[in-house]
Amino acid sequence: MSEPRILEVRTSILKRNDEIAREMREEFRRAGMVVVNLVSSPGSGKTRLLHETLVRLRRAGRSVAAIVGDVETDHDARRLAASGAPVRQIMTHGLCHLEADMVRRELQAWPPQHVDCLFIENVGNLVCPTSWDLGESLRVALLSVAEGEDKPLKYPGLFNTADVAVITKTDLAEACDFDRAAALDALAAVRPGMTVLETSAKSGAGLDAWITFLEARRP
Amino acid sequence: MHELSIAMRVVDLAAARCRDAGGDAVTAVTVRVGRLAAVHGGALAAAFEMAREGTPLAAATLRVVDVPVRVWCPQCRVEADLTDVVPLACPACGRPTGDLRAGHELEVESIEVVGSRGGTVEAGR
Repeated sequence: MSEPRILEVRTSILKRNDEIAREMREEFRRAGMVVVNLVSSPGSGKTRLLHETLVRLRRAGRSVAAIVGDVETDHDARRLAASGAPVRQIMTHGLCHLEADMVRRELQAWPPQHVDCLFIENVGNLVCPTSWDLGESLRVALLSVAEGEDKPLKYPGLFNTADVAVITKTDLAEACDFDRAAALDALAAVRPGMTVLETSAKSGAGLDAWITFLEARRP
Repeated sequence: MHELSIAMRVVDLAAARCRDAGGDAVTAVTVRVGRLAAVHGGALAAAFEMAREGTPLAAATLRVVDVPVRVWCPQCRVEADLTDVVPLACPACGRPTGDLRAGHELEVESIEVVGSRGGTVEAGR
């Protein structure tokens, strides 16, 4: 038996995922698509905001599609399909996040036509999706007024990787004693200079600004 | 609990590197985990014990190197490690800075291999 040898590796553990994500990002860019990865805790309002977003973008003549990840059930896909947009459900059967190859498998021979904007609603989880690049052009972290202003401080990794934060359910702000300044401070602490949008999918408040923001991302 | 996904990739990467270098088994793996990578060292170690079974890493130990968050302060023109993960601000002047120089690492740094076909140690990439 020879002496043990130390071999330098210096390779990203998620190298394979990163490679697939990079390839997809390039394909999306060539196709002129905006791809949005929505991340948040469960119950922060991803599906409701996405539904309203799909409806509004379709009304504006945009072609949109959505992929939604959950551990079990296709409930969210059914909810989103009511918008009229093509929707695919990924059931992860236990896995706590989506990975690039899962998204790529769904995209084979789908969606049925060109899309301007593809939304990927990640599994509701503020930890595990952090390091998994899905080839998105925009990562959006949601934070509802009901879940505590300091969420970003508790889960800094995920909020730090997001390009933009969307505060949701602002119609509930008063009932929840939501401290808006504290939430903005928390976001600034984990991602200084981060763009923050404030929305209520229920009342429609802030949705115009959110849609305008998305439209501006189109190549 | 995404640490198992991570651990399985560590095992795959290390096993492939060992094979490429003509080794028979991996006896140790060193990984670097940034404090913003959202990976728990203890959970990774537990997952690694499961993932290594039946592989050339079956007897391997895992060493997790904790990588602090490092920011660049454009005012002070200095890189500095943060004691805490947040707030992302210069520890000297206190100004917020989002210019991260470290903290999201998730990489296999090195492996220790044994094997009869040794002697062909090549430099890492």
